[in-house]
Amino acid sequence: MHDLSLHAIRDALARREFSAAEITAHFLARIERLNPTLNAYITVDPEAALAAARRADAQRARGEGGPLCGVPIAHKDIFCTDGMRTTCGSRMLDNFVPPYDAAVVERLAAAGCVTLGKTNMDEFAMGSSNETSYYGPVRNPWDTGRVPGGSSGGSAAAVAARLTPVATATDTGGSIRQPAALCGLTGLKPTYGRVSRHGMIAFASSLDQGGPMARSAADAALLLNHMAGFDTRDSTSIDAPVPDYCAGLDADLHGLRIGLPREYFDAALEPGTERAVRAGLAELERLGARLQEISLPHAPLSVPAYYVIAPAECSTNLSRYDGVRYGYRCADPADLQDMYARSRAEAFGDEVKRRILVGTYALSAGYYDAYYRKAQKIRRLIAEDFRAAFREVDVIASPASPSPAFRFGEKSADPITMYLEDIYTIAANLAGVPALSMPGGLVDGLPVGIQLIGNHLQEARLLNVAHRFQQATDWHLRRPAGIA
Amino acid sequence: MSISEQDLARVAELARIRVDDATVADVTRRIRDILAMIDQMQAVDTDHVLPMANPLDATQRLRDDEVTETDQRERFLAIAPATEEGLYLVPRVIE
Repeated sequence: MHDLSLHAIRDALARREFSAAEITAHFLARIERLNPTLNAYITVDPEAALAAARRADAQRARGEGGPLCGVPIAHKDIFCTDGMRTTCGSRMLDNFVPPYDAAVVERLAAAGCVTLGKTNMDEFAMGSSNETSYYGPVRNPWDTGRVPGGSSGGSAAAVAARLTPVATATDTGGSIRQPAALCGLTGLKPTYGRVSRHGMIAFASSLDQGGPMARSAADAALLLNHMAGFDTRDSTSIDAPVPDYCAGLDADLHGLRIGLPREYFDAALEPGTERAVRAGLAELERLGARLQEISLPHAPLSVPAYYVIAPAECSTNLSRYDGVRYGYRCADPADLQDMYARSRAEAFGDEVKRRILVGTYALSAGYYDAYYRKAQKIRRLIAEDFRAAFREVDVIASPASPSPAFRFGEKSADPITMYLEDIYTIAANLAGVPALSMPGGLVDGLPVGIQLIGNHLQEARLLNVAHRFQQATDWHLRRPAGIA
Repeated sequence: MSISEQDLARVAELARIRVDDATVADVTRRIRDILAMIDQMQAVDTDHVLPMANPLDATQRLRDDEVTETDQRERFLAIAPATEEGLYLVPRVIE
């Protein structure tokens, strides 16, 4: 039952082959058995999940219910869930029970989804290995001695280990695509503004975007159908119709122009990963696509520009955690300033504090032009590189990460080593364009991700290319060893 | 540009984050490394480039001034660390 696709579960529920209560109980039992090892979930509420499943079954019996009526799902613990604890992987929000649902949670609940629980993540989505979570690291189902990637590592590990059919995730600099790559999944970061950020705890508001984490492009498309759409509560939401992302999945790839940025096949790319990616690209060529080398000349500046813009926005966004209205407050504050400074020192982890400090510095008087304004100018150069590239090609393809999953502690000692994990993913966030990672091969038994980047609002095209690739290959069907 | 321990102390105060004396040297060193990485930006001439704040160059949408939220005072106060008679409590500010 847990190997069924999202499409198959939806159809089986519609044919009454099993009930929502049955499949929910099945996943809850797997979570109970496997989560102590993987640590993919922070919060699971079996009673609430089963009650929601029974309501879905009752709705179906009355001939009601949404298109995903009774389908189990997991939400990254960055999406607010009304009445269910939402921690964002931080001690700061350890006791935070939101009084409202995020737009994404609301939409999926309206479609009929049953929430199994909330998935683990790097603290406030700042990390690429899930090692910064206050709730401990998530283990990669492919090798439990290795990281699942981050920040959406819990969502990725949960989907890969079949602890949920699909999950929601978010991506500010690669946090959907890199864990999808390291766990052998299909994860899509949509165009900035395509999925509402209402109720999605803010990290860097000009970069943050929610998206689907799934085992196949077809499932990612179906999930995105029920995540995307205009929302007046998000001031940067795109007011454009949402296409049916499943409709064009089978479109032929003949004549498709795929650009390979030479800056993304650089010295940082491990040879084994490069071989796997190039083999995957050759498969796309066999499917009719035409490959051509392109250049994104400012791409090497995306990491420096990002590490100004993201910390600057994070220092602003996280100033709301002051120990007054919700979240952590230190014991026995001497005065108001002591309460702020000590609550924040005690409840934020090292990486979060580092980024707040870098952002505060970059925005402070005398440094604003040299750092923040400079980074915003480079951001435009990077966006213009993409604009120019998409005049020549339809889709850009590259590795999603420089190497497969790494070992715990391997990159966490030095922040900059960890930051370079996202060298191929960050530019898409800066330019606001959609990008996905799909399984493209294995190196020493570990999954390798191929990244596909499209022009604004070209999610359907990316999903089409990934789906055709998955019709011709079986990398997305491989399962982690040891996860029965 | 390099950051001194004195600069770090000032930034930590602005950010309302207590940094212990024991860790200030280590935190400063880490942040200095990050700023050195960021300084790669300075090699590019951006004199005639407009800063980009929104990746779609979108501007703020306006709406009519009408009530869209309902009063949920009790729910919001219920999750606060300390409240009294409908107010948020903080340490005394004015002696």
